[in-house]
Amino acid sequence: MKTLALLATILTGAILLYGTADFAPWGDPQSPPNRHLSTYYIEQAVKETHVPNLVTAVLGDYRGYDTMFELVVIYCAGMGVVAVLRRSDS
Amino acid sequence: MKSLQALAKDGGGDNLILQTTIRLTVPFIQLFGLYVIVHGHYSPGGGFQGGVLLGAAFILIALGYDLPTSKRHFPVRTNAILANSGALIYTGIATLCALLGGYFLDYSILTRLLPIDPIEWRSLGIFLVEVGVGLGVMCIMLSLYWDMASGGQMEEGL
Repeated sequence: MKTLALLATILTGAILLYGTADFAPWGDPQSPPNRHLSTYYIEQAVKETHVPNLVTAVLGDYRGYDTMFELVVIYCAGMGVVAVLRRSDS
Repeated sequence: MKSLQALAKDGGGDNLILQTTIRLTVPFIQLFGLYVIVHGHYSPGGGFQGGVLLGAAFILIALGYDLPTSKRHFPVRTNAILANSGALIYTGIATLCALLGGYFLDYSILTRLLPIDPIEWRSLGIFLVEVGVGLGVMCIMLSLYWDMASGGQMEEGL
């Protein structure tokens, strides 16, 4: 069983590593992900949100839905631990 | 872990230098946490990072003194209420935007509530949401530590 699990892990890792070969070159301004939305954020984010920090603008406004569920995930983790472990009467 | 808990119970874990250092540094850690949350618009930082710093300040008290001391500084009930309100602030603001007739999480529609520039509302909305994230992360961090360190007993920790 252990060998099987190890084989499955190695196989999955190999497939994931093989997938990275298709990534766009790192830092290339002409690669598809950089031509699609990045230019819009860099040019418009400060004008549209008045936030000088582009990371905060994207995190809190353009991708606010994602950040909301990040908080909900942390909240669910905390509530899960409280539900499973806590035994105090107070 | 059992022996460490037993040590903490007889006061064997008390250390004057450690406790004095923690008492002196905790206010500055909390101030820095607030700074990281509030200054997220201009520098690296934001709700998650600032919330972790604020939570770490209370975890430091629980580590250096003991778990009841940290519970006295930050009661369990307050912790639960703040954790819930942190998540509610974020989802509440998002729902408020939808109820006022805009898109979900489109803060510029909040200008109907308080008539300032919609662009300024987008900046302010990000800040309000970050405060909610900070509150939630701070309380969940501390609550996770309490439960993990004491095995859910909430009496003596590490």
